[in-house]
Amino acid sequence: MSLWTALLVAAAIAFGLKLAGHLVPAHLLDAPRVRRITAALPIALLAALVATQAFTGPDGAFVLDARAVAVGVAVVALLLRAPFIVVVVLGAATAALLRALGWA
Amino acid sequence: MTATVDPGARRAVVRQSLSVGVATGAYGISFGALAVAAGLDTWQAMALSLLMFTGGSQFAFVGIVATGLHAAPAAIAASSMLGIRNGLYALELTQLLGVRGARRVAAAHLTIDESTAVAVAQDEVRTSRLGFWLTGLTVFVLWNLSTLAGALIGNLIGDPRTYGLDAAACAAFTALLWPRLRDRDAVAIAVVGAVVAVLLSPTMPPGIPVVAAAAASLLAWRTPRREHA
Repeated sequence: MSLWTALLVAAAIAFGLKLAGHLVPAHLLDAPRVRRITAALPIALLAALVATQAFTGPDGAFVLDARAVAVGVAVVALLLRAPFIVVVVLGAATAALLRALGWA
Repeated sequence: MTATVDPGARRAVVRQSLSVGVATGAYGISFGALAVAAGLDTWQAMALSLLMFTGGSQFAFVGIVATGLHAAPAAIAASSMLGIRNGLYALELTQLLGVRGARRVAAAHLTIDESTAVAVAQDEVRTSRLGFWLTGLTVFVLWNLSTLAGALIGNLIGDPRTYGLDAAACAAFTALLWPRLRDRDAVAIAVVGAVVAVLLSPTMPPGIPVVAAAAASLLAWRTPRREHA
């Protein structure tokens, strides 16, 4: 599968999900349990993305390096209600600085 | 429906829509830069913002394909699962917007976190509709322009690690997750998802642990403790 194919398939599914919600009768998904699980899905996925991107190396093994410190700094920034872009820049700057100093 | 909209409420919704649009436009820069750091070219980064147009799914897609093309199916699965919530927003919005045909297709494309949040926060149907369209269109224009700017900046940067762009992706996912951690159940689901993904990572191809960790959302099956609190 080429990157373009993957990209177009993923984009088509994303649009299909949006359109389906506008076309499907609302009562089909009205069960509170279904709503709770679908609301929980982004939480599980985003947490898994943070964990794999920050705490695993190229071979998939657990590592603690500059990225873990960057996530720590991001959490502090979020606790201080920093906007999204500030959180991202602080994360990048933290890792860049630690690497420039040769500490991680 | 025939009553005129209070000019104060109208001004408030316009201000809200534009400020949400400008704020999300800023994420677009980080998305564009991260997309090219992940190995996409500028056209591919722009195609994602134009056609997929849902930030969380786009970040997930590029985050996973960054590990290589063999991870493409997992990238599609993760971005699609993150996109399910837009379908749920659409269920709420379709009654409110009352549109058909081509306008309904346009409304579907603009159905994202931000446009939904502004629309449902209004007291009146007319201001809700205005909020939806204005937020959706402002975010769409700025998100695409800033993706281009971010991709061009990303292309100027050599090794993404030197500027910490890999860590920027971690920070971006943390910032996307943060507002969802509203109660103990949400935190429990996040911790289980993270632990499952890290434990599976050494033995599974990249991306698959993230998709498998989605099973943590089944913890929401049981009734929450504070349902009527």
